[in-house]
Amino acid sequence: MTETAHKPAPTLTWPQSRHCPYAPPPAYPTPGEDAPLNRMRLFDGREVWLVTGHAETRALLTDPRISADRQRADFPVLLPRNRDQRSVDLPLLGTDDPRHNEQRRMLIPGFGLKRIAALRPDIERTVGTLLDRMLAAGPGADLVAAYALPLPSMVICALLGVPYADHEFFERCSRTLLLAEDADEANAAREELRAYLRRLLEDKRGTPGGGLLDGLVNEQLADGRVDREELVMMALLLLIAGHETTANMISLGTYALLRHPGQLAALRADPALMPGAVEELLRLLSIADGMVRVATEDVEVGGVTVRAGEGLVFATPSANRDPAVYEDPGALDVRRSARHHVAFGYGVHQCLGQNLARAELEIAFSSLFARIPTLRLAVAPDEVRAKPGGTVQGLFALPVTW
Amino acid sequence: MRVSIDSDLCIGSGQCALTAPAVFDSDDDGFGLVRPGSEDGRGDPMVKEAVRACPVQAITFAEE
Repeated sequence: MTETAHKPAPTLTWPQSRHCPYAPPPAYPTPGEDAPLNRMRLFDGREVWLVTGHAETRALLTDPRISADRQRADFPVLLPRNRDQRSVDLPLLGTDDPRHNEQRRMLIPGFGLKRIAALRPDIERTVGTLLDRMLAAGPGADLVAAYALPLPSMVICALLGVPYADHEFFERCSRTLLLAEDADEANAAREELRAYLRRLLEDKRGTPGGGLLDGLVNEQLADGRVDREELVMMALLLLIAGHETTANMISLGTYALLRHPGQLAALRADPALMPGAVEELLRLLSIADGMVRVATEDVEVGGVTVRAGEGLVFATPSANRDPAVYEDPGALDVRRSARHHVAFGYGVHQCLGQNLARAELEIAFSSLFARIPTLRLAVAPDEVRAKPGGTVQGLFALPVTW
Repeated sequence: MRVSIDSDLCIGSGQCALTAPAVFDSDDDGFGLVRPGSEDGRGDPMVKEAVRACPVQAITFAEE
């Protein structure tokens, strides 16, 4: 595809909702058939590139000319609720190196493979408790409320040092931040969460508990390596990302497995398939759709020139179905190697909590299907309410019975 | 052949240790490391996959 002088207005718009909750929106270009980068129009009329090719996604997400800095004047505003993003100093996700690197390095030890492996017995205990409760109250449950949401919420609270007793408050604020129609509502939820976390961090000063935030308050903040508001926003990001994403993967992954009984049977018959099955579910479901960047210089990629100042939106479910990388890419196949998927992103911003997510998902699916072998949907598959486009993809509720 | 990790680039994703665990490990702070004695790559075909999986191209696998 080459650019021409008179480009017609793109017919593709953002956001797009999925029809099947684990397949890309039907309007997305198809990798292997359509061009890997396509023009797309945002709500404010701005045109950006939607990136659907796997190689192009990886190339752009590792290109130093591509910025994640949401405070740049030319950074695309994807949705009305993000209207004021330029006035929000969003650490990690919204910064470039070298500042991003300083922030991330403070957190890497808390999310390393060995640290996470040591948490597995705690995660298993939490899963056991939640399943005991769900079974005692059943048969019949909303799997989101009874299992998919409380599990990652409890785990991230323990890891960070946030009291789980406050979960209804922070879960509500997170939902508003991720789903609000307008910016005022989203801003108010962010301010509520910031005020809460500011108090929480203040309480930790001098009286450290065992959480990651306790360490950051009494070491990095005390030494002046991070300032208070920066740490408050880091805590906000870790708290939200730590529970919302994994909750969506558990609910949507369970739904996808229940709709593929042959795959589920294979997984039950051979538990050694579970780590690979989790990668395959991450690939296929690609719940973090719509990562966003801006080019700071002209970049040639996928046969087009992305001009300095142009925005890029990454369609992860499409990149993860690129036939150049995955055979029969739309099929759920727990035996395939789903390696190299970009569900966690790629480049320096690749998900900090990815190994925590892997551990939670492996334990959550293994225990759920082992303890409740007769688990099934309690409603018709198309009655399950999925989240709209433009936010982390998942299910609002998953009625199940056994 | 010699395998090495640029620790200034490493972001602790764990991809190398997950992909080629015979050659790579993760240190106590979460950063990737080449297992002592595995610097030659042990002829493990997964080393190349680990190089490709690293999100920040921190792994070098080259002739000495």
